[in-house]
Amino acid sequence: MYSIGVDIGSTCAKLAVLEDGQELAFHTVMPTGWSSGNTAQAILDLLEERGFQGAPCVATGYGRRNVPYAQKAVTEITCHAKGGGFLFGEGPYVLIDIGGQDTKIIAVSGGAVQDFLMNDKCSAGTGRFLEIMANTLCVDPARLCELARAGSGVSISSMCTVFAESEVISLIGSGASKEDIAFGVVDSIVNKVASQYGRLAGPGSACCLTGGLCESPYILEALSKKLGTPVRSSPLARYAGAIGAALIAYGENKR
Amino acid sequence: MCAYTLPPQFETFTQARREGFLKAMAIKEAGGHIAGTFCTFTPCELIDAAGVHPVSLCGMSQEPIPAAERDLPKNLCPLIKSSYGFAVSDTCPYTYFSDLIVGETTCDGKKKMYELLGQIKDVYVLQLPQGIQREQALEQWTGELRRFRSVLEEKFQVTITDEALREASILRNQIRQAQTGLMELQKLDPPPFSGLDLYRLLDGLGFSFDLHATLQKLADLTAQLRRDYDAGARPVPAGRKRILVTGCPIGGVLEKTVKVVEENGGVVVCFENCSGIKPSRYLVDTQAEDILTAIAQRYLRIGCAVMTPNTQRMELLPQLAEEFQVDGILDIELQACHPYTVERCMIKQLADRIGIPFLALDADYSQSDLGQLTTRIAAFLEML
Repeated sequence: MYSIGVDIGSTCAKLAVLEDGQELAFHTVMPTGWSSGNTAQAILDLLEERGFQGAPCVATGYGRRNVPYAQKAVTEITCHAKGGGFLFGEGPYVLIDIGGQDTKIIAVSGGAVQDFLMNDKCSAGTGRFLEIMANTLCVDPARLCELARAGSGVSISSMCTVFAESEVISLIGSGASKEDIAFGVVDSIVNKVASQYGRLAGPGSACCLTGGLCESPYILEALSKKLGTPVRSSPLARYAGAIGAALIAYGENKR
Repeated sequence: MCAYTLPPQFETFTQARREGFLKAMAIKEAGGHIAGTFCTFTPCELIDAAGVHPVSLCGMSQEPIPAAERDLPKNLCPLIKSSYGFAVSDTCPYTYFSDLIVGETTCDGKKKMYELLGQIKDVYVLQLPQGIQREQALEQWTGELRRFRSVLEEKFQVTITDEALREASILRNQIRQAQTGLMELQKLDPPPFSGLDLYRLLDGLGFSFDLHATLQKLADLTAQLRRDYDAGARPVPAGRKRILVTGCPIGGVLEKTVKVVEENGGVVVCFENCSGIKPSRYLVDTQAEDILTAIAQRYLRIGCAVMTPNTQRMELLPQLAEEFQVDGILDIELQACHPYTVERCMIKQLADRIGIPFLALDADYSQSDLGQLTTRIAAFLEML
């Protein structure tokens, strides 16, 4: 039996199809664009094309209420923890999800959420922050993360994205290298995430990263260093929410 | 007798509150007096005994905040900004009708706001002691009530007798007991009330002006709910997660907190905060020899975060969690409320100790955080 998880995030929409709640049969990612309703329709078209339509479906992410063909909407907190179970085992560990507009810190044990924290309305320490700084530097976010590895010495003190952007522009003006500025940007994100992590987790707790930044080796390194504990991830970790949603859909429909 | 005109924004208020405004206007037209209040620490018994009608002026709406921000900092508690904004823009009929506004030295934001408010209205501020464990706290607070008594006597040209204070205390006690009785129906499983309805009802009672009628209404309603429940009525489905709400006054953020809880599989069974159990449980000892001291004593039992240490909140919360069989504790705080947001950490430690899941939320009066609050609340309920 197939089950479908749709994770409509603020930046990207993720789709995961599971077979019998065990094998990942299909997964893909696309930009959410301006309308989560249109994105949901594009995903439905894709599901039909692949012959998965009609399978039980759970939606998550900030656009979760705009997926008319989902039987249920479940928050990304619960879905990430479920998906984390699929990717990293039942825990205990602390899951960090750096999303487009939210960063979530989730304490997972026995495959279930024990406690969680989210950033406030501000975008500091989120993917959006990184994206805006990458734009200012005329590179893509992945490239920014890799440039950061070769940089040092710059720190960006503003937590506010708008102020941080002017700080970056001043740095460019003063002739700082791209690498050094990139280092400052990543350092700022890692610091913000670390301070949230510290509010929920004891020192040295096992830690896993999900979300769009998990593909950057430098982010993993920088986070591990800052948190003082190795941060695990997986190439599929950006699909954790969608996989979790598909697992919930499977769990509620299996005979 | 003089005629009063209603402010232009009158039309925008809900029916129940509009009726309250008309009653307030009738009181004024008949030569009566109204005292605006902001807090559960206001000793209403004294105002009642002076023959003056107290009414709550706590601002619960975003609307007057821009007007307030001309004088107040942006990063301040929305309740303070809203309350001040209503006064400064002359848009709240109750503020408009108030002959006297009574405040207390509770949080820093409020007490400095009262100074500004004093420039446009007649404001009297009682000095509330904040370390109730000190021997002199009761003496000091009783002294404040004594002073307040003469202020009222002079302002309204009345004599406040001990008999009148005792009588007022008996009636206020009865109302508090009736409120407690109604709120404690929520101990039933499933409860007979949605938390949202309960809160709105309790909130609305404050605008009736006729305390005997309020008492009767509470008794009738409690009896009716009990009868309906015993006859099998179950307006709240079984199996909902039972939530206790604690923290700041939440009248201005009900829709994006309590309502969201109840739309996502929860039901608020207990409000520990200002309009809930915290102020209603403790009664005045009406038999006491010195009635003023007895009234003072009763107010010092309110476990507000302006007290340090606030041991009474720490003692009450576990009791309520047990009595109401709660599945989760929701600490709802208003933006920039220092007493409650700093105390949050200790409430979290307490929740961990008694093994009840805990979620803290910060909210202002805008709609901009609705999506994020909804995700947090829904995730919390999924976790339970």
